[in-house]
Amino acid sequence: MIAIVDYGAGNLRSVVNAITRLGYQPQVTNRPDEVIKAQAVILPGVGAATDTMENLKKLGLTKPIRRIIAEGHPFFGVCIGLQILFTGTEEGGWHECLNIFPGRVKRLPAGLKIPHMGWNQVAQRLAHPIFEGIPDNANFYFVHSYYAAPDDKSLVAGETEYGIPFCSAIAKGNLIATQFHPEKSGEFGLRMYDNFIKLALNSHYQEQKQ
Amino acid sequence: MLTKRIIPCLDVKQGRVVKGTSFVQLRDAGDPVELARFYYQEAADELVFLDITATPEERNTMVDVVERISEQVFIPLTVGGGLRNTNDMRRMLQAGADKVSINTAAVLRPQLITEGAKRFGSQCIVVAIDATRVIESPQPRWRVYIYSGQKPTELDAVSWAKQVVELGAGEILLTSMNADGHRLGYDIELNRAISDAVTVPVIASGGAGTLEDLYLALTDGHADAVLAASIFHYGTYSIRETKQYLAKKNLPMRL
Repeated sequence: MIAIVDYGAGNLRSVVNAITRLGYQPQVTNRPDEVIKAQAVILPGVGAATDTMENLKKLGLTKPIRRIIAEGHPFFGVCIGLQILFTGTEEGGWHECLNIFPGRVKRLPAGLKIPHMGWNQVAQRLAHPIFEGIPDNANFYFVHSYYAAPDDKSLVAGETEYGIPFCSAIAKGNLIATQFHPEKSGEFGLRMYDNFIKLALNSHYQEQKQ
Repeated sequence: MLTKRIIPCLDVKQGRVVKGTSFVQLRDAGDPVELARFYYQEAADELVFLDITATPEERNTMVDVVERISEQVFIPLTVGGGLRNTNDMRRMLQAGADKVSINTAAVLRPQLITEGAKRFGSQCIVVAIDATRVIESPQPRWRVYIYSGQKPTELDAVSWAKQVVELGAGEILLTSMNADGHRLGYDIELNRAISDAVTVPVIASGGAGTLEDLYLALTDGHADAVLAASIFHYGTYSIRETKQYLAKKNLPMRL
């Protein structure tokens, strides 16, 4: 089962549409037990990181998310779903996030239009199956005012330039997270979700064999 | 580098595209779903739908149209027209729109911008501004119009633009009414005045006749994106040739 986590804030519809388009039947859920059982978990996100954290806590979803990531289960965080993996965010003062990875979420530098809205290039910094069939520097759709700065640079899978170079994707084993929205990024975005699901189903199969 | 966006706009009435198109490739050029898919394949960067129907029953048709488009088109979709409160906005966002655009409703009750931004995030809230140059003014000035350009207000376009951003708008869709539909070029001075006055992206709209017009809006006009209807619908230029033209002139484009 492919779970799309519904915590009441983000617009899930486009993620559901994208996964459905790829020929899968995703399940939208806010139940911790279903999130833990899923073969792949997608955490979409639009809005503020602080609201997202609050909603996840209220629904008892922070523990399951920590657990599946700790156990190496396939997880894909989108936009705010990337930001909340870090220590905390400077959005609206300092707020703690999941602290799965050390690093801060900071505001994009002043002087350029904010939000950073539109299509921008993702320079691939890691060889990872998530980029299968996607050329280096392909364009993806962004809309955000904050960005994550991981302490551990080996996490950085993709980098994008907007006033400064910032981390636009992280990857570590079965964990992927992007600042951009694959569900709004045309055919390359769909390809990225497809790569993730194939990776997930394959790793699930490996687990069952053992 | 962030690319400049090219955005076709579709006027939809009772589930049909109003300004007819002459694409021979399409079986039914009046079907917004088919037209949206066509522009998607042509590498349009976003799509804007303006619902020009009047009644709530007809609005249900628009919700259905948005649902069907969002199942097939994987680029950002903005829906505007007749959205009066946050529940109207929510219906469109749940149907699959990524952003909603408000115009008259924002002028009549500016608080709606803040309510929408609080509930859905600023990135969802586009404020559309229709402006006309005040001819008698010695300094360049523009007046805001509402009700599809039928009714003048007392608002100065530049001050109103600053105000909507303070209230929580994430983007401005700026239409110059003097230029709209005349294909004589965008009002570059207006675009630059607004774009330089606000921190959010500005989409220039109204008046595109040639590819040079788009180029000037994106360069001299400091616009982040351009929206056009006629030149794309009537097939004067395709999205692809537009983007290739602008890329050749060194504008960052997603080809």
